[in-house]
Amino acid sequence: MLKHDVLIIGAGLAGMRAAVAAKDLGADVALVSKVHPVRSHSNAAQGGINAALGHRGDKWEDHAYDTIKGSDYIADQDAVEIMAKEAGSEVISMEHMGVIFNRDDQGKLGTRAFGGQRKARTFFVADFTGQALLHVLYEQIVKSDVLVYEEWFVLSLIVQDGECSGAVMIDMKSGKIEVCIAKTVILATGGLGRVFEPSTNALICTGDGMALAYRAGVPMMDMEMVQYHPTTLKNNGALMSESARGEGAYLRNIDGERFMAKEGNAPKMMELASRDVVSRSEQKEINEGRGVDGCVLLDCTHLGEKLINEKLPQIRDLAKDFANVDMAKEPVPVRPGMHYQMGGIKTDVNGLTTLPNLYAAGECACVSVHGGNRLGANSLLDTLVFGRRAGEHAAEVSKNRSNPKISSTDVLKKHEEDIEKLLSNNDKNGFVFGSIRKEMGTLMNQYLAVFRDETGMQTALEKLSELKLKYKNIIVPDKGRVFNTALIFTLELGFMLDCAETIAISALERKESRGAHARTDMPDRDDKNWLKHVLVYKENDDAYRVDYLPVVITQWKPEERKY
Amino acid sequence: MKVEYKVKRYNPESDVALESFDTYVVELDQAATVLDGLIKIREEVDNTLTLRCSCRSAICGSCAMRINGQAMLACNTKVSDFEENGNIKLLVEPPGNMPVIKDLVVDFVPFWSKVKSVDPWLKSSHPPKYMEEHIASNESMLHLSGVMGCIMCGACVSDCTVLEVDKSFLGPAALAKAYRFVSDPRDDSTKFRLKALEKPSGMWDCTRCMQCVEVCPKGVDPMGRIMKLRDFAIQDGYKNTYGAKHTAVFTDSVKNTGWLNEFQLPLRTFGIFNVFKLLGLLPILLDALVSRKVPPVFHHKLPSVSSIQRIFKKVDLQITKRE
Repeated sequence: MLKHDVLIIGAGLAGMRAAVAAKDLGADVALVSKVHPVRSHSNAAQGGINAALGHRGDKWEDHAYDTIKGSDYIADQDAVEIMAKEAGSEVISMEHMGVIFNRDDQGKLGTRAFGGQRKARTFFVADFTGQALLHVLYEQIVKSDVLVYEEWFVLSLIVQDGECSGAVMIDMKSGKIEVCIAKTVILATGGLGRVFEPSTNALICTGDGMALAYRAGVPMMDMEMVQYHPTTLKNNGALMSESARGEGAYLRNIDGERFMAKEGNAPKMMELASRDVVSRSEQKEINEGRGVDGCVLLDCTHLGEKLINEKLPQIRDLAKDFANVDMAKEPVPVRPGMHYQMGGIKTDVNGLTTLPNLYAAGECACVSVHGGNRLGANSLLDTLVFGRRAGEHAAEVSKNRSNPKISSTDVLKKHEEDIEKLLSNNDKNGFVFGSIRKEMGTLMNQYLAVFRDETGMQTALEKLSELKLKYKNIIVPDKGRVFNTALIFTLELGFMLDCAETIAISALERKESRGAHARTDMPDRDDKNWLKHVLVYKENDDAYRVDYLPVVITQWKPEERKY
Repeated sequence: MKVEYKVKRYNPESDVALESFDTYVVELDQAATVLDGLIKIREEVDNTLTLRCSCRSAICGSCAMRINGQAMLACNTKVSDFEENGNIKLLVEPPGNMPVIKDLVVDFVPFWSKVKSVDPWLKSSHPPKYMEEHIASNESMLHLSGVMGCIMCGACVSDCTVLEVDKSFLGPAALAKAYRFVSDPRDDSTKFRLKALEKPSGMWDCTRCMQCVEVCPKGVDPMGRIMKLRDFAIQDGYKNTYGAKHTAVFTDSVKNTGWLNEFQLPLRTFGIFNVFKLLGLLPILLDALVSRKVPPVFHHKLPSVSSIQRIFKKVDLQITKRE
């Protein structure tokens, strides 16, 4: 049996930031991750990290306002205030740890413009900011000697007497199942992109943490708010960073027209409007026949080769590799693609969930700072600020809690039996993970994409319950224990089906259009009835319950949203 | 189009735990990557096929493997690159120089322990004040971003020819990581770092075969970084190593005679009285005798040595200018 004060599940930016913070406070910390920490999906964040530095003439209030407006007014404003206030010190402390960051002429940190913001306050490392941050945080994990369970997969959370007391996990290398007792547990498992097909997300983004919490009775909040990024490649869904538009790239339709200028789109902020606005404008062009082979064009040709090589080298390679286009010479065909889940495990501003001793931070959590639509470069910030806060809080709470008493043999036995049962199913009519995941991904992308309506969403929910039935007769063709990835994918698929269901339920629930949730049958925002969060709870087995929570408003009254 | 994958398999749990090959033929798009095909096989043909992969866009570093004999990322390698007379045949193997766990999955523990051994974190004994950053030129940061582009995929380690014969060599990835701190203007433990890298199995053990430069999918240029580390070490006065002496004697010989005095090179590098080391070279000498490749004992100056010296002067001048 393993034992720690703070057990952190997921070793991306949020998880590692939490680990460093908890370790600094003297806690016995361990990270558990199904991949090596530097393989985490935080890598993929390209553009940068937002912070309003007061001594440079920017105001945290302005950053907060842009974030809240971007959220279409359902971000909780107390949480946004904390994030905006703490952004500066978080960015600077990452610089102190070793992140290189691009500089200005004086050798200080330089900024670039990003969508939905009136000021250039995005700090960056070329177009691989996430990777730069992730590798440096891993360096800190090595430096402070934090234990990492590399390539371990968490099967479930241990809940006893209404408290979270650890997790059950499987070592992928040996196939051995272990119980890990912890005074506090932090979920930092990232997003659920693979619920959709295609998605910009990595193959590991399967909503594990969300499903673990959901199954433990913790509510999922704002799950209907799924971000479609305006610029993804058609071929494999790869992301073309918003930094391209931040550096001045245009979006054009088949006639070469910059369609963002149209009334109803974003004549003022043009390509740098919020992501939901840009994605909808693109989708309209494509739906109305002004697209190019199901795409619009991202035009960087006027930026010049020097700037592209210096500030956008990675996406230039991506466009070459996956779209066969040199963006210095020709426009790149792009389209909206599933990218980010604004919703997630409901937490307070310290990352604490409704289940005592269980925390969540990063994309898997919903604090909520992103509301109906996240601004570019706010996700890295979210992971660091709330990762640190969760780590600090968990370390303090652990000091005052004695080791939970768990009868690990019973817990272990139950999980051994479950896995054994899964592996021993040889039903000829059974299903394997690949086909179910594809079906789920395609239907989610069809019915819960940029535009939605009642019939579509209802269809999605019905089809999902059919898939859940199929999943009950799933077979794992690989019967071994060592590095059995087929087994892991099958378990992930179970998690994803739960996540998909919460998305469809919340989306059907919200009877208005707001942020990323755009209903063609209810196109208007309805502040009178829907200035609130939608929460989904899992009851026993396949039953669920929906609840609401008012949005926290401090100083910014909802107003009409125009860019 | 049809693509044939011949994949090296290994299952430690099978009764016959031996390596074997399986062949799959899959239908793929023109633009498909090697990884697309492997995922298709894994999802639709053979669920037991085991590999690591995640981001599909060359940033997570999970899917380095040997494709037709060379290490590369499966996710940014197109199958059409291997088309020959209308056929595409791929031989897919796990990366080299690392123990195989199952199929294409290898054990990265030795890889990471070497990276960890170079103290891979910024050491700045005088960090700036609260809310103030280190002041550094954008040029120096851009230079670092070239090496920080490393995604730790292990392609360089897989194909490193030194590691093939000497498992203790730090290897290209760890040394490139070390370079990232040595060349960071904010780091102030350069001397300590260089001293540690001087030891056997460190920077002087690279044989400059260029293999790591060739296979790196991110243009990190590990060998170039290792050469830079050597320059820094010599500049910093670490001249008392075989590596540094070898470099000095080599340069000296070419500069003064126009070509390399191969006979003197080991004598002057190790020292005439270093009997132990010199005796160790005997087998090489015998080998050379047998194949009649012994360098001349009496070394003469080339008639055109002055033109070579002009090259040296030009390089020296450029270095002074840059400094």
